[in-house]
Amino acid sequence: MTPAFFHTIAKRLEQGMVPYILILAHMALGTALVYTSPRSNLAFLVLITSFFSLYSLNADRRFKFVAGAVLTLLIFPVVGVRNIFYLEVIFQISVFSALALGLNIVVGFAGLLDLGYVAFYAVGAYLWAFFGSQQYYILHFAPGTQPSHLPFLLPGDTFYLFIFVAIFIAALTGILLGTPVLRLRGDYLAIVTLGFGEVIRVLANNLDKPLNFTNGPQGITPIQRPTMPQFAVDAFNELFSKIVGHTVSPADMYNVMFYLFALAIIIIIVFVTRRLDDSKIGRAWTAIREDETAAIAMGVPLVKMKLAAFAVGASFAGAMGVLLAGSRTFISPESFSFMQSIGVLSMVILGGSGSIPGVILGAAVVTILNLQVLQGLSLYLSQLRQTDAVIPIIHFAWANLSTQLDPAKYQRLLFGLILILMMIFRPAGLIPSQRRKRELASDKAETEE
Amino acid sequence: MEVREIFLSGPPMKRYLKSINLRELLRPLGQMLLFSVGSTVILSAIVLVLALILDKTVVGQTLFERLNVSLFTYTLVNLPQVAIDGLTIGFVYAAIALGYTMVYGVLEFINFAHSEIFAVGAFVGVEILIALEKYGALSGASLFMAYAYLVLAIIAGMLAAGGLAVAVERVAYRPLRHASRLVPLISAIGVSFLLQDMIRLTESLTTGQFNRIFPTFGNFDHRIILGRMTMGATNITLGVSIKSIIVIVSAVLMLMGLNYMVNATKIGKAIRAVAQDHPTASLMGIDVNRIISLTFLVGGMLGGAAGVLYALKFTRIDPFVGFFPGLKAFTAAVLGGIGNMTGALLGGIVLGMLETYAGSFMGVFTMGAAGTEYKDIFAFSILILVLIFRPQGLMGANVAQKA
Repeated sequence: MTPAFFHTIAKRLEQGMVPYILILAHMALGTALVYTSPRSNLAFLVLITSFFSLYSLNADRRFKFVAGAVLTLLIFPVVGVRNIFYLEVIFQISVFSALALGLNIVVGFAGLLDLGYVAFYAVGAYLWAFFGSQQYYILHFAPGTQPSHLPFLLPGDTFYLFIFVAIFIAALTGILLGTPVLRLRGDYLAIVTLGFGEVIRVLANNLDKPLNFTNGPQGITPIQRPTMPQFAVDAFNELFSKIVGHTVSPADMYNVMFYLFALAIIIIIVFVTRRLDDSKIGRAWTAIREDETAAIAMGVPLVKMKLAAFAVGASFAGAMGVLLAGSRTFISPESFSFMQSIGVLSMVILGGSGSIPGVILGAAVVTILNLQVLQGLSLYLSQLRQTDAVIPIIHFAWANLSTQLDPAKYQRLLFGLILILMMIFRPAGLIPSQRRKRELASDKAETEE
Repeated sequence: MEVREIFLSGPPMKRYLKSINLRELLRPLGQMLLFSVGSTVILSAIVLVLALILDKTVVGQTLFERLNVSLFTYTLVNLPQVAIDGLTIGFVYAAIALGYTMVYGVLEFINFAHSEIFAVGAFVGVEILIALEKYGALSGASLFMAYAYLVLAIIAGMLAAGGLAVAVERVAYRPLRHASRLVPLISAIGVSFLLQDMIRLTESLTTGQFNRIFPTFGNFDHRIILGRMTMGATNITLGVSIKSIIVIVSAVLMLMGLNYMVNATKIGKAIRAVAQDHPTASLMGIDVNRIISLTFLVGGMLGGAAGVLYALKFTRIDPFVGFFPGLKAFTAAVLGGIGNMTGALLGGIVLGMLETYAGSFMGVFTMGAAGTEYKDIFAFSILILVLIFRPQGLMGANVAQKA
């Protein structure tokens, strides 16, 4: 089994109809597995990794596009409605992909380490949470003392408008924060953004007095959603109720809808990011990232370009915030902690900063680890605690294991490990960006000469 | 001839005593006194002036209705307690800030995991005391033994934290020393997160819970009463708790020792040489890697001791206890001028004072609209302001960025 052997295999996989068959087979296998055993995590993993073969195998772009569309627009929603947990996982992957793509513009392209990225997410979320709920009418009530049967301030359909308002407001917040601090050196900037993230969280926690803007730690609920047209629910039922196995309620359809919204935002982000990367602005960002002093010498408007990166990254987070508030109908400061910022950062670092497919992969891997692997472990442990099983070598009964040991809560461990290991062993990420790849190749050529 | 004289007149001892640089030993004491008194006086003056201004307004009237005392009197009466609290926390911040500043001095790198080094120190110290309590040693301990146990806990915390800091440097930072600036910082953030959950994991596996309480023993909770005052209907006692004195005294001793080590010994000279220029220092025969490890050891030990002192003062610790003190200590280091040890001392004291003053009086001055809950972000605002208007800090020289 020499490397050459694998090389020939890999080469054969790239030729003729083989990749098409492999992709289709992977997708079909995943779908069939998930369909037959809707509770199995493994089956779901097979389905979701079909994206990987779709990305990595050599096939016609049009075919890839159609296959990807079928996978995301048809198979995922149907499978997701069958087991609502999958839909949640897919939705979270999309939300975090969008956030990671936004952070990627700041960290990956412009090379500015932003440790308080979820602050902009919070700005968007609280924006819609305030205007899309009854909060306006309880400004003068302490949390928990408001009268019941209050009207909503704005109709639910203004949600769409607020996505754009949030883009604007978050970008503005990014510029306001950025203007004074972007002159700072990279590591100071990181700490200041961290501080800003904490400031936003503490404000959200405490702005329930003197005027009750955020309802404090209890959070704002209920937040409105856009109206769901009944014919969409009916049409979906008409088409898929046999496959799904039960009639779909509007509540399920809402999940599908928000997933599709998130997908749309991701597509827009990817489009914008790619256009920006190839533009004058993108090249200016690269120049700043590689060598600030040289960039200034070449006439790159430093602060302006950094502000642009901050604003663009922030605006995407703002839009996702509105989406989150709408989909959850509940918002509390807890969702916007420092840990969330680092979680998004670890997605970017894991996938490869500056690389769009890498960042999406990173978001998917971290979310799956978080939602399925860690929670699966938690479940497994709690099952073990019910039994009389004993850990073999040290003769320790599982039943005596502390209930505080809940792997689902050890996200920090996961994020920390990802950050350290990636920095030491693979700083360019799992899928390095094209530019990075070219650099590495030229470095190699130089050393070989 | 008395015994003492014989002891001192021996040639080696005499040479040793002569070699002690008394000036370096006492200099930080003077600085600390100056910084403490200076910041107390300035802040108290500001607060009192504010109180005088606000006394005539609706703020003063509200307070008068509530407590039947004028705002000025209320402020004046509370000042000594606030000053002592501020000083206590200020010295804790200073001890942590020195860890940041020393590492920054030699590596130009923010050791983000220092806050968890601090937390590990706190946990080791507290766990040892809890074990002693379980063993029954604490309840019947004499005053001397109580202090001996406390010293033991502090030393254990120092050793654990120092060792951990060295290990972290070796594993997570040294391989990245020649990478670009943000790479080791990201790794340090990773270490910080990893350590938080490692503490939690070990604590929940061994003890079943991760919130630990500093055991009560000795006379640490007693208060030395300095005086009594009557304010309206209530009596106010002015006093210092023994805890606070212990915290301040131990911090002062450590800071003196550190200052002496860095400024008056050969090892200190090597540290300063490495901080200035790695290649040149190594040409002079200094083992740069060893000095960097040593810096982490000393910084970690200070952080660990600060952790135990923090636990003594605030009693309750959890795995995430290091986050805010760490960030504030970093702010203190930046405020004083990062890389500058005297600056870290000044920054720590000033920040601790500012924060305590703001936390104590902001609530009263704004009629409850913004109070102690904003204490934590107060430090960040200072950090941002300092970085914008005086990035080199209060005492730092304006150094150009190294390419």
